[in-house]
Amino acid sequence: MRFDTPATTNPIDQLKVIGQPTDRIDGPLKTTGLARYAYEQHDVVANQAYGYPVGATIAKGRITAMDLAAARRAPGVLTIVTAENAGKLVKGNFNTAKLLGGPEIEHYHQAIAVVVAETFEQARAAAALIAVDYAEEAGSFDLAAARDSAEKPEASDFGGPPDTSVGDFAGAFASAHARLDQTYTTPDQAHAMMEPHATLAAWEGDKLTLWTSNQMIAWGKADVARTLGIGKDKVRLISPFVGGGFGSKLFVRADALLAALGARASGRPVKVALPRPYTFNNTTHRPATIQRIRIGASAEGRITAIGHEGWSGDLPGGAPETAVNQTRLIYAGENRMTATRLAVLHLPEGNAMRAPGEAPGMMALELAMDEMAETLGLDPIAFRTLNETEVDPENPKRPFSQRQLVECYRIGAERFGWDRRRPHPRQVREGRWLVGMGMAAGFRNNLLATSGARVRLGEDGMVTVETDMTDIGTGTYTIVAQTAAEMMGVPLESVIVRLGDSSFPVSAGSGGQWGANNSTAGVYAACVKLREAVAQRLGFNSSDTVFAEGEVRSGNRSVPLAQAAASGALTGEDSIEYGDLAKTHQQSTFAAHFVEVGVDAFTAEVRVRRMLAVCAAGRILNPKSARSQVIGAMTMGVGAALMEELAVDKRRGFFVNHDLAGYEVPVHADIPHQEVVFLDEADPMSSPMKAKGVGELGICGVGAAVANAIYNASGTRVRHYPITLDKLIGGLPENV
Amino acid sequence: MRSFTYERAASPAEAAAAAARQAKAKFIAGGTNLLDLMKLEIETPGHLIDVNGLNLDTIEPTPEGGLRIGALVRNTDLAADPRIRRDYGVLSRALLAGASGQLRNRATTAGNLLQRTRCPYFYDTAQPCNKRKPGSGCSAIGGFSRHLAVMGTSEACIATNPSDMAVAMRVLDAAIETVKPDGAARTIPIAEFHRLPGETPHVENALEQGELITAVTLPKPAGGRHIYRKVRDRASYAFALVSVAAVIGRHGEGRFAVGGIAPKPWRMQAAEAELPRGAKAASAALLAGAKTTHDNAFKLSLVERTLGAVLHEARG
Ligand SMILES: Cc1cc2nc3c(=O)[nH]c(=O)nc-3n(C[C@H](O)[C@H](O)[C@H](O)COP(=O)(O)OP(=O)(O)OC[C@H]3O[C@@H](n4cnc5c(N)ncnc54)[C@H](O)[C@@H]3O)c2cc1C
Ligand code: SF4
Repeated sequence: MRFDTPATTNPIDQLKVIGQPTDRIDGPLKTTGLARYAYEQHDVVANQAYGYPVGATIAKGRITAMDLAAARRAPGVLTIVTAENAGKLVKGNFNTAKLLGGPEIEHYHQAIAVVVAETFEQARAAAALIAVDYAEEAGSFDLAAARDSAEKPEASDFGGPPDTSVGDFAGAFASAHARLDQTYTTPDQAHAMMEPHATLAAWEGDKLTLWTSNQMIAWGKADVARTLGIGKDKVRLISPFVGGGFGSKLFVRADALLAALGARASGRPVKVALPRPYTFNNTTHRPATIQRIRIGASAEGRITAIGHEGWSGDLPGGAPETAVNQTRLIYAGENRMTATRLAVLHLPEGNAMRAPGEAPGMMALELAMDEMAETLGLDPIAFRTLNETEVDPENPKRPFSQRQLVECYRIGAERFGWDRRRPHPRQVREGRWLVGMGMAAGFRNNLLATSGARVRLGEDGMVTVETDMTDIGTGTYTIVAQTAAEMMGVPLESVIVRLGDSSFPVSAGSGGQWGANNSTAGVYAACVKLREAVAQRLGFNSSDTVFAEGEVRSGNRSVPLAQAAASGALTGEDSIEYGDLAKTHQQSTFAAHFVEVGVDAFTAEVRVRRMLAVCAAGRILNPKSARSQVIGAMTMGVGAALMEELAVDKRRGFFVNHDLAGYEVPVHADIPHQEVVFLDEADPMSSPMKAKGVGELGICGVGAAVANAIYNASGTRVRHYPITLDKLIGGLPENV
Repeated sequence: MRSFTYERAASPAEAAAAAARQAKAKFIAGGTNLLDLMKLEIETPGHLIDVNGLNLDTIEPTPEGGLRIGALVRNTDLAADPRIRRDYGVLSRALLAGASGQLRNRATTAGNLLQRTRCPYFYDTAQPCNKRKPGSGCSAIGGFSRHLAVMGTSEACIATNPSDMAVAMRVLDAAIETVKPDGAARTIPIAEFHRLPGETPHVENALEQGELITAVTLPKPAGGRHIYRKVRDRASYAFALVSVAAVIGRHGEGRFAVGGIAPKPWRMQAAEAELPRGAKAASAALLAGAKTTHDNAFKLSLVERTLGAVLHEARG
């Protein structure tokens, strides 16, 4: 189905099932432990063996010798695969560094071997017996030091052009009434999902099946085939449940390749899970950024010049963190520029993590906006509202498809009691706590991608949806079922959803908050096909056929839906494909984030006391799962603001705090009651579902709202995340 | 993890004797620290002696009016004991500030005293670490040292002792009772139990090979406000950046020990003498001669300010 004109009224608009706060249909499986994650596929194939990875212990250089003898002799060992005996491997299109390194080493904990044994314990013990000698080389591990060597990267699909410029930024900035010129930094961050990367691989002749944990099945299938040099038709990926990914599982990682190689070499199915420390240095992370922001404004507070420059680093051949992108779109201003620069760093591979670009970009921009509002003597909401735009500021002929950002501010301010905020910092003290409020805009683009599905009406009247779309804990199973139920006029219980299998039609996959809108639109398209098939078989005129309450109705005829399949199941298969609506209209999602914090007047410990997000993000397909997405993202935003930082050892080039004790993320005690409001909205430009993403919107801006609240509470402006107590302690009132 | 043999000891003396028979033997109690370290091959015992069945899990009054805490009393049970809560509140609070409910259900009194440092380089067997591999060097010096020590360190090691419980026990003047492989019992004051690193950071305490902790005794209760204040980067489930255990009298006098800044709970009489003059004076005395790194210099003002919070709470 081509989608190239705005959606009109369609069956989804009935909102009998869609839009309802339905419980997760896979919830019972998860709460009872019956949902099988990759490493738990104990009975899908017999005779499973265990692989344990060995990671490089230098960041850059070469292996000069590798002694496998002791490991080979260890009890239970079946085989050891290294680059030397793995056969020819081609780097995946989505990988910057090789998944199996050696003799050249590209980063710390790059996999250099997998030991396969009868038991997990045997494989692990034998892996520790492998002795490796290296010729270590000096590398570049410090972004601040490498900043001046950074170069202009190539334009990319997701990242856009490295440079943008409108009007005369330099002139307008120089002559502005009020000016801000500040530099902000965000650290490297880890996805830190609960389920580590894990895969069970089994060969049947030349065919490979991988039970894995992956967000993007079709990308993964293609890269597995490419890496192993086999046909795509020989590879099957199965990933029904994913225990969190946040971008870390967008691509095939070492677990999958090592399992496949181990299985090929041992002639046994092999499973590999990355040990927790490897999830930090072996896989990808969100790269650190340095961001310079300049804003010039008139006396009344109109932005006349806005510039945002971002620096990040990656391995050679890698890509930048595009932290400047939202600044191209979010505020008005005649003169503008952005620039993205990329330095070479020999740290592990940088890549997408929940809201790549906007998450760190908004942490800086929205902090700068708070500073500028203060300079101008304006309320932060008033300043933002003054600089609202209805069109793409770089291209005023392109309106936003929907933009209710000011409404988000208004409702949020009212609900949160923003009028109680003291404009000057450090005015409120409650016992030992200095209390303050902060806000920030939330902004994240809505991305469109082709997505397919197959829907079958069985002889028993059950509707089965199959798509390679994944549920990474987001609620995909449920919204896909809701879509099919709405379209086919059946109750939710009559829908079966099967996901994450590369033998199903290719979907948009889960990433970039594009999963919900695109995958359900694909299901919509397939259901339209199925409805046509049903109408045809029943001899109905398909244009006026209504599907409701388990019946198909046309004129004064009414037939139970199941009857259409009585003589054999019916199938509808289709994809949603997008025309130019995203080119003619800018599609984005918006939020206003409000936070109240307490800063301990003695110790500078920060505790978040209240949080509110007001979101305008198209139709909300399921308010319950959407709320879960947003509160999860708000929690991650608090982590980014207050504690998350991969500590770089700049001498040896690795992340030192490579476990969940050292890399702290928020715990329950850190998170107060969180309130989420969704504005009533339907965006006819986005898809027949009229929905957009929310899963990343929820994190964009939260960190700055926390930072702004900390400033309002304590009077200390911290521009370098995370805002740990050591950065605040010097500015506190004198100890008693 | 390396293969190991395993036995259950029948009595404390037999456990100690068994441990002396094998060079690489270790006791295992709750296992919450030892097993983690074994999985990473930071600890590689060849033989484990399980001490869980030794009936060392009761809390009894002593003739001197104190309490004798069995080595196997779980952290949860110790924190919840009514006598501990009434008379040794600082200990109960310190325990509850540590780890998580599940871990405290398992963790024992002796195991907690002997838990090893959380220095991140100690946890990565590919990195030089004098404590893990004597003579290999110290990666933390010049590396990531935000959590590490500012007092009592050496050129060889700047690790901290991560225990919360031990800080409270230090302020309470606890003593550690042991039995040696030859059956001899002795009592070690907690002040002398943990060792400073010097040239030998792998030697962390006064125990001899095979020596088993049987109990920890507390002297009779000290009056005053019992306060434990733990400061960390998140609200729960994290080790202390700095912690203060204190028992403070009516006029601001009293005792205090500080955690998170040294290889052992840090307490000094000279600093306690300054307490009535306030946190600044007391922490200045405590921290005289501090050696900081770029990453952990903030701990000096954090100690002063945390002590300030404690004294404020004691007055309130
Ligand atoms: C995720 C996590 C978070 C944590 N957070 C904190 C925290 O915030 N604060 C804190 O204080 N602690 C914390 N801990 C540490 C925890 O308190 C210790 O792991 C626990 O107290 C160890 O007790 P155990 O009985 O399990 O010891 P084990 O692991 O069984 O043993 C530890 C050591 O003691 C030796 N040993 C045990 N019993 C005896 C005995 N009777 N005589 C001689 N030697 C003996 C063993 O041989 C071993 O060397 C945390 C641990 C984890 C895993
Ligand atoms: S501080 Fe101590 S534990 Fe840490 S690396 Fe140095 S020697 Fe090892």
